[in-house]
Amino acid sequence: MALRQCAIYGKGGIGKSTTTQNLVAAMAEAGQKIMIVGCDPKADSTRLILHAKAQNTIMEMAADAGSVEDLELEDVLKTGYADIQCVESGGPEPGVGCAGRGVITAINFLEEEGAYDEGIDFVFYDVLGDVVCGGFAMPIRENKAQEIYIVVSGEMMAMYAANNIAKGIVKYANSGSVRLAGLICNSRNTDREDDLIIALAEKLGTQMIHFIPRDNVVQRAEIRRMTVIEYDPKASQADEYRVLAKKIVENKKFVIPTPITMDELEDLLMEFGILDEEDESIIGKTAEAC
Amino acid sequence: MATMTNEKTEALIQEVLEVYPEKAKQDRVKHLMVNDQDPDKSKKCMTSNRKSLPGVMTVRGCAYAGSKGVVWGPVKDMIHISHGPVGCGQYSRAGRRNYYIGMTGVNAFGTINFTSDFQEKDIVFGGDKKLDKLIDEVHGLFPLMKGSTVQSECPVGLIGDDISAVAKKKAKEYGKVVVPVRCEGFRGVSQSLGHHIANDAIRDWVLGARDDDDSFESTPYDVAITGDYNIGGDAWSSRTLLEEMGLRVVAQWSGDGTLSEMELTPKVKLNLLHCYRSMNYISRHMEEKYGIPWLEYNFFGPTKIAESLRKIASFFDDKIKQGAERVIEKYQAEYEAVIAKYRPRLEGKKVMLYVGGLRPRHVIGAYEDLGMEVVGTGYEFGHNDDYERTTQDMGKATLIYDDVTGYEFEEFVKKIKPDLIGSGIKEKYIFQKMGIPFRQMHSWDYSGPYHGYDGFAIFARDMDMTLNNPCWNKIVAPWKKGVEEDEAIAENA
Repeated sequence: MALRQCAIYGKGGIGKSTTTQNLVAAMAEAGQKIMIVGCDPKADSTRLILHAKAQNTIMEMAADAGSVEDLELEDVLKTGYADIQCVESGGPEPGVGCAGRGVITAINFLEEEGAYDEGIDFVFYDVLGDVVCGGFAMPIRENKAQEIYIVVSGEMMAMYAANNIAKGIVKYANSGSVRLAGLICNSRNTDREDDLIIALAEKLGTQMIHFIPRDNVVQRAEIRRMTVIEYDPKASQADEYRVLAKKIVENKKFVIPTPITMDELEDLLMEFGILDEEDESIIGKTAEAC
Repeated sequence: MATMTNEKTEALIQEVLEVYPEKAKQDRVKHLMVNDQDPDKSKKCMTSNRKSLPGVMTVRGCAYAGSKGVVWGPVKDMIHISHGPVGCGQYSRAGRRNYYIGMTGVNAFGTINFTSDFQEKDIVFGGDKKLDKLIDEVHGLFPLMKGSTVQSECPVGLIGDDISAVAKKKAKEYGKVVVPVRCEGFRGVSQSLGHHIANDAIRDWVLGARDDDDSFESTPYDVAITGDYNIGGDAWSSRTLLEEMGLRVVAQWSGDGTLSEMELTPKVKLNLLHCYRSMNYISRHMEEKYGIPWLEYNFFGPTKIAESLRKIASFFDDKIKQGAERVIEKYQAEYEAVIAKYRPRLEGKKVMLYVGGLRPRHVIGAYEDLGMEVVGTGYEFGHNDDYERTTQDMGKATLIYDDVTGYEFEEFVKKIKPDLIGSGIKEKYIFQKMGIPFRQMHSWDYSGPYHGYDGFAIFARDMDMTLNNPCWNKIVAPWKKGVEEDEAIAENA
């Protein structure tokens, strides 16, 4: 099977890293060879797989060694649960330097060193929530991730972010092979959440690939730095991730998305009662004035 | 081109613009004008200091070039750190011929490249720590240096290194000035903004240093030379004249300049501003804050020198006024001999200029002293105030061009057919290949000085040497060879 490269995007705090790690654990359990590339200076994309606080990152080690050219692949690749290969790009502390450049450097390094050559079925890029600059778009550029999954919930800002990410994908889809492969709904228990995300997916020209219900077992596993798959394989939540894993393995629906306008998005939210009909008379009025 | 008239020059502009797409034509037409000394008749206002068009080949530099290369670089007893990747510092190293006295590497550092030499990791994790370490190293290696500046290259602005915080910390640690300069190359449309940023840094980090210290014994005749970069020794041949007329030159910026001279400048009675473009900002600041008047002077050619010496003297008492006359008289025989020798060889020759800061207008007088005429001039990065100052010095119906493009300049030259072109290294070889005598008027073609009476003799010799060199008659541009032969055949037929 040819290597498939997938990137997971979504609003900050939506649960990208948790979902990704549970998903790849389920895929690995089913026999797939997986690599996770964390593209976030926080470097918390692999902790549930490695049972570690934070993995040594490519950029940290490169800084210690002098430059990335001084690093070997085995220095940065760690093997975790079910032989999942883990690597973190790393980057600066908040407020200094350029995290985006860190992602670019790290991914170039992995490619040049042939990290993807040996018997890997899937690479998953777990990317920082906001695509604030070119660096964080690196995984969706030419010859990298072809499949983008957006983690989303029924909250307005999460959907707003999903639509923005779709816009970014269009830009790169027109010049390369990157496609939107589906929305993963990570439930926040809002009303009619599944219907809403299905409707949004339709508007974007894609699918809601799976609805992951909310379950505290995920948090219990996280405290132990484990995925649900490993911590409690019999839990019904583990089965949800297994279903998602199977759907992704079998997924064939890869599209150039059709992002919607702000007005259309607001209409959709109103339709589902998340946003009230706009009342022009209250715009810009303080609490006192009302 | 025979005698220039307003109509002819205007037609020339229109003809040259013809090849441009409409949008480019509309933009460029605002940067070209026919000179008219009568301000009322010169209705058209020149557009300048705007972004160059893509694709036209401009020769402008960047803000870093303006700060590091022009204003700060020549301050010889400071270490100027090019903060960022190695290229900016290395390719701007020692190229501008700012002469200085001192032992390079011991108490003067003008021709050395100091850089933080950014690597990937410095971009990703920020360059602050490296800068901190670098400042430690320069203090260790060069104990006689008086202070340092941090000249920001582009990446510093992108990743947001807090160079001011590092500068403050290190200045406190060592008790020596560290000046952060945010002159990232992408700021502004040319090197001009870099001059301004550098001036502001001088204002904020240097000038106030001795505000509460009156230990410096000043005299009523203290002046400072600002905006002379001592190219080929220019400032030295200017300074002697000022001293001979009885003035005391307390500071000389920034060619062969020192930090201490800059700090003392607020104590002087008059600021003598040579390059208006690059240092008018700090002169105006000193006028406002310290009440020091400033004067733009011109030491190119005896006519302008005499005019300037008298103007300078008018700020002082009779002693200085007599001094100015004495100086003019002293050198009279000398400069008359120069004119007597060279004028017959240069009389009536036409010159086109395209240079930087002040020279597009300041050197006109020196050419006129030799009987030559400047028929076209322009600034790489001038502003409106530069053009206002130029119209008076240029003849009627001459051509003025702002940020001229490679194409325009070549076409203007082909039509106007000047006898000499004065411009920079990027233009030099094109025009020489066209068989036109050419002088570099940024670097003085590795000659100089050209300022003052001493400089005028060298200037006159150089122009003659270039213009009357027999080699030009032997040169036909390779691409014109066929054409010239055809023309020759046609003429003989």
